[in-house]
Amino acid sequence: MTTKAKAKANERRTLALDILNHGALTLVALLFLFPFFWMLTNAVRSNAEVLAIPVRILPNVYEWGNFAQAWTQLPFGRFFLNSVIVSVSVTVITVFVSSLSGYAFARLKFPGRDQLLMAYLATLMVPGIMLIIPLYLIVNAMGMVNTFQGVILPVAFGTFGSFLLRQFFLSIPLELEEAARIDGASRLRILVSIIIPLSMPAIGLLSLFTFIAQWNNFLWPLIVMTGQDNATLPVGLTLFQTQQRTEWNFIMAGAALSMIPGIILAIVLQKLIYNSISLNAGMGGR
Amino acid sequence: MANVTITDVVKNYGSLEVLHGVSASVADGEFVVLVGPSGCGKSTLLRMIAGLESISDGEIEIGDRVVNDLEPKERDIAMVFQSYALYPHMTVRANMAFSLKLARRSKEEIDQMVNRAAEILDLSALLDRYPRQLSGGQRQRVAMGRAIVRNPAVFLFDEPLSNLDAKLRVQMRGEIKALHQRLGATMIYVTHDQMEAMTMGDRIVVMRAGVIEQMGTPLEIYDTPANSFVASFIGSPSMNLIDGIVQNRDGASVLETPDGTTWPLPANARVTAGAAVQLGIRPEHIHLDPAGLVAEPVIIEPTGADTHVQMRVGQQVLTGVFRDRPDIALGDTFHVRPDTSRAHLFDKASGQRL
Repeated sequence: MTTKAKAKANERRTLALDILNHGALTLVALLFLFPFFWMLTNAVRSNAEVLAIPVRILPNVYEWGNFAQAWTQLPFGRFFLNSVIVSVSVTVITVFVSSLSGYAFARLKFPGRDQLLMAYLATLMVPGIMLIIPLYLIVNAMGMVNTFQGVILPVAFGTFGSFLLRQFFLSIPLELEEAARIDGASRLRILVSIIIPLSMPAIGLLSLFTFIAQWNNFLWPLIVMTGQDNATLPVGLTLFQTQQRTEWNFIMAGAALSMIPGIILAIVLQKLIYNSISLNAGMGGR
Repeated sequence: MANVTITDVVKNYGSLEVLHGVSASVADGEFVVLVGPSGCGKSTLLRMIAGLESISDGEIEIGDRVVNDLEPKERDIAMVFQSYALYPHMTVRANMAFSLKLARRSKEEIDQMVNRAAEILDLSALLDRYPRQLSGGQRQRVAMGRAIVRNPAVFLFDEPLSNLDAKLRVQMRGEIKALHQRLGATMIYVTHDQMEAMTMGDRIVVMRAGVIEQMGTPLEIYDTPANSFVASFIGSPSMNLIDGIVQNRDGASVLETPDGTTWPLPANARVTAGAAVQLGIRPEHIHLDPAGLVAEPVIIEPTGADTHVQMRVGQQVLTGVFRDRPDIALGDTFHVRPDTSRAHLFDKASGQRL
């Protein structure tokens, strides 16, 4: 074969491989997208059609009014606001507390530091579900049942967040902190002006994880929030499900609406995370 | 401006002592270089002056204040790090202004001070760039700019040129020296590169294994090294050290090496027959001389201006530096004469100069 023919054969092989790879990736992506697709199509069917057999992939009649009806049939706006209050508060508190504890575990020297970190990490081994009853008893004893602080405080401090940020802080060159100390910065100033701006990828990630986890959190708000006015979205959606009948189409419409903030946040934070990574390429000036 | 006085300073890490009672003083406006091999404690000492390491024992004074228990920011010092340690998320201007902002200077004052420093270092066009957009030499200059804006009493440099390529290093060496002359500030500079030490320092402090081996001007140290370590550490290529026993031959002292060759000793050598000593001869003090000792070249390294020749004389391997291009080829022999009037003698056991 001539070099030219070889190159051509190579090119063809690469192309075939590309098609194969992308075909496989597309298949997996479709598989993952299907539940969302199913949610969206069921959100615009009548409830009768949702339950109809044989199952149809696309709706017969598009009931766009389902969204408005789901929103108005129950105090959906109220649920939405409750979810925002809970998720934003938990995220802000978690990031704030995890930054402080992560920095302490990464950089401050105090006796028993590493043992304490181990003890923290050990709590990750305890299944969350085991803590629900003791936590409820504590919250109840503190008179915080059916209050926002009752939903927010017990979940607002994350071992995971402390550990994630500690690991990230450890990767920031110590010399940057020493330079800041010589420049006259206190520990807190170093954390705020140097460490946190350089840790935006990790903080963005932690914010996203925490927000979405809380936005979707069902069990804890269900237990603590006894009144309908205080229900968060996942709890509120269950109200479409009564003993007599389940309004699947409204549940799907409500679920679709409730996904919007998470998606927006993911897009916004994705940009932040990428920008910060490119910023860190010049870390330490090296 | 201030002098720095270091008195019996000790540094321990747990039971490990890395500085064993070091004393030195740096005069106001002086440029002092701490030099020594890796692990000799020079950076630790600098960091103790900066306040980044605690002082286990002894005293450090800056100006007329004992600074042992002062925070770095209270010591009126600035430091340039090996990695530059520029804040990656801040522009050059913000990097340089950071300390002034923390000191709550007014906006006009900050602008004025940053602009002045930028002018001195030729950084004015780069003020709005980020560190990642700068070359190594420019980052180095920003690191110095960050030090200059604060107008500190003492500048500390921790191997600031190690990350630069050879050419830039020579250029920055000149710039730092020029900066010293312009500012007239006290500067303490740590390096492992004896060439930097020789060319930059008003005075050099040679350290090894946590102790100071010698302090003096570059030429003092070069011409009269206090011991065999300093002799071989300062100077490139290193001084030749020849082991042997002092013998009396015809009323004159000579050195006899284990292989039986004899070497003339300096006329003023204060040695007694039978003493075990080291004879030190700098490579440039070995001359070509047809009447001299027979030498057999091992490695020939032309540098252009000079030629470095490793040669075997008896059982000794010596290095010589000859001007231009001497007529020496591998496989031949030639003749050399060490200039013993400029040779050094050290006690074999203690290494001390005799």
